[in-house]
Amino acid sequence: MTPIVSYQNVTKTYGDLEVLKDIDFNIYPGEKVALIGPSGSGKTTLARLLMTLEEPDSGIIEVENKNLWQEEVGGELVKAKEKHLREMRKSIGMVFQHFYLFPHMTVLKNVMEAPMTVLGLSKKKARQQAEEMLEKVGLSDKLDVYPAQLSGGQKQRVAIARALVMKPNIMLFDEPTSALDPELVGEVLDVIKEIAFESDMTMLLITHEMDFAKEIADRVAFFNEGIIAEQGDPEELFNNPKTPRLQSFLSRFNS
Amino acid sequence: MWNWDYAFSILPQILSALKITISATFVGFILALFLGLIFSVLVRSDIKIVSLAVKGIIQFIRNTPLLVQLYFIFYVFPKIGISLKPFTAGVLGLGIHYSTYLSEVFRSGIEAVPAGQWEVAKALNFSHIQAWIKIILPQVIPPIIPVIGNYLITMFKETPLLSAITLVEILQTAKILGAGSFRYLEGFTIVGIIFFLLSYPSSQLIKKLEVRLGAKN
Amino acid sequence: MERLTTYEIFISLIKAGLKVTIQVTFFAAILALVLGFISGLARMSRHRTIRFISGVYIEVFRGTSLLVQLFWIYFALPMMGIRLSALTAGVLAIGLNYGAYCSEVVRSAIQNVPVGQTEACIALNMTKTQRMVKVIIPQAFVMMLPNLGNQLIELLKSTSLVSMITLTDLTYQANILNATTFETTKVYTMLLVIYFIIGLPLSKGVKLLEAKVSEGRV
Repeated sequence: MTPIVSYQNVTKTYGDLEVLKDIDFNIYPGEKVALIGPSGSGKTTLARLLMTLEEPDSGIIEVENKNLWQEEVGGELVKAKEKHLREMRKSIGMVFQHFYLFPHMTVLKNVMEAPMTVLGLSKKKARQQAEEMLEKVGLSDKLDVYPAQLSGGQKQRVAIARALVMKPNIMLFDEPTSALDPELVGEVLDVIKEIAFESDMTMLLITHEMDFAKEIADRVAFFNEGIIAEQGDPEELFNNPKTPRLQSFLSRFNS
Repeated sequence: MWNWDYAFSILPQILSALKITISATFVGFILALFLGLIFSVLVRSDIKIVSLAVKGIIQFIRNTPLLVQLYFIFYVFPKIGISLKPFTAGVLGLGIHYSTYLSEVFRSGIEAVPAGQWEVAKALNFSHIQAWIKIILPQVIPPIIPVIGNYLITMFKETPLLSAITLVEILQTAKILGAGSFRYLEGFTIVGIIFFLLSYPSSQLIKKLEVRLGAKN
Repeated sequence: MERLTTYEIFISLIKAGLKVTIQVTFFAAILALVLGFISGLARMSRHRTIRFISGVYIEVFRGTSLLVQLFWIYFALPMMGIRLSALTAGVLAIGLNYGAYCSEVVRSAIQNVPVGQTEACIALNMTKTQRMVKVIIPQAFVMMLPNLGNQLIELLKSTSLVSMITLTDLTYQANILNATTFETTKVYTMLLVIYFIIGLPLSKGVKLLEAKVSEGRV
């Protein structure tokens, strides 16, 4: 099977810090991949490169067999122009750790805005789809509320609806529950689980919730110091960690 | 249109008036710092009537034009027996007007120090004065230095208003020269350039200082 | 000549000068707002030339003095063949001067919108223009309102300068009234009071906006 996302020799540094060291990594259509690992290990950067929020220093990222960051002009590969990036972004959606809802728009408007301005949907159509999506995440009663009046868990569910309504083939979740109070984590995980089980969307989940990763992921990859130190079937990886680093990482969650 | 010979012929006279402009700026600035400090202390007074009255005075001065305040000092004060020279009246007006802005800077600087700092000082058994000198002021002063510097530049650029009460600073000099020769272009352009040459580098310097102070925190 | 009461002076000042003061304030404020937005956005442009031109405009008008600019436009410009009425010159000088200050308000507000908002827009595949128009500017605008309000108060005060180019505003009329009645104390006291009263709703409005804006911050 050809991968839907493919990282080939991808490197990224911030100053002296090498956050991604020559990464080779494939994600297959419909696959749910969880990325775990200590903070600063490069997981988030992997997703940010895919969402085109940051550019890799070297290497190639392919999405649906097309080069994400480069395009061919006159037989030569050059840095992709905004037009190319916008074409590529159609396939990808992202949910952020800190939600990044638009504070000046109501919940409904937050979800309607992109379908209208980016996809060119009519107001009626956008509203209908937004309402459906908000019902799915259990927020039908909050349509006309502003983000400031929502709890963290509710904000994140709106952000999920906002990303989903764009119908991406690939969804990125960047630590979606890390900014939440412990009692609000469950409601967000439940929504993500439901989406994972019922859709054939490709999902990349960066998370610190090990039980959650075990439950929904087809494959788990353990990031450590800019490399994928270990990856495989969730059961296998969690029950029989091979590298000492993963063993010590997991032991912190099992206590 | 532009006459270089004429421009050079009036340049020395305009430059010699620069002394007045600059000394008015600095004397006014020192007065503003001093009055501003007094205002900000009085606003924090525990006596409600004092704090309210001072707040009212500050608001009145801040929300009325400096030009009118200058007229007031220059023309009304003599009626109550205080006749001031244009320079004194001008400096007084400039100082009083900008003291209200500076008191606001001092106030926000003081309020920006977290309450916890006072509590720590108390817990370490500092006296009230010691707390001010050792703990609070060292935290208040550095961040407000760029703001105060910018007000110095602003006051410098406001000194041409003093020409309205007959002070012969650089703009008034240019105007008098212009009235005599019917040529205003050279004189006013030179005055503009002088203001720019002095204020632009100063404001860039302050920007650098700001970045430096920001990096320190 | 009969002595005028304080009230009579108050009324005659308003009758004679309020209209011009309000006129200059209104038109100069609109000009300043438009210029502030244009040059503030231009300062952040991708094109170096555009950034440079707006930078020159901003620094020249901030770096020289308003009264000098006013005199230059009214007295020096005619030597280059451009003769403007006192009203046009006043509005132009004040508008250009405050436009330069407003541009900094506009720019810093836009730069203060959290970077996450831009990232969310990218993730939703909005174009650069869509990001600005739909997400960044609406949020920045709310943040800049108190500062724009403060600029408006400063602008209102600065209109008193137009009296020095023979424009018949409140301050000009006060000088005339002083010269004809010699009621110096009453005239200038009332003049201050009138400016304060006009500015009062503005400064109250700014206070309210400031509270609203800081409250809305998530």
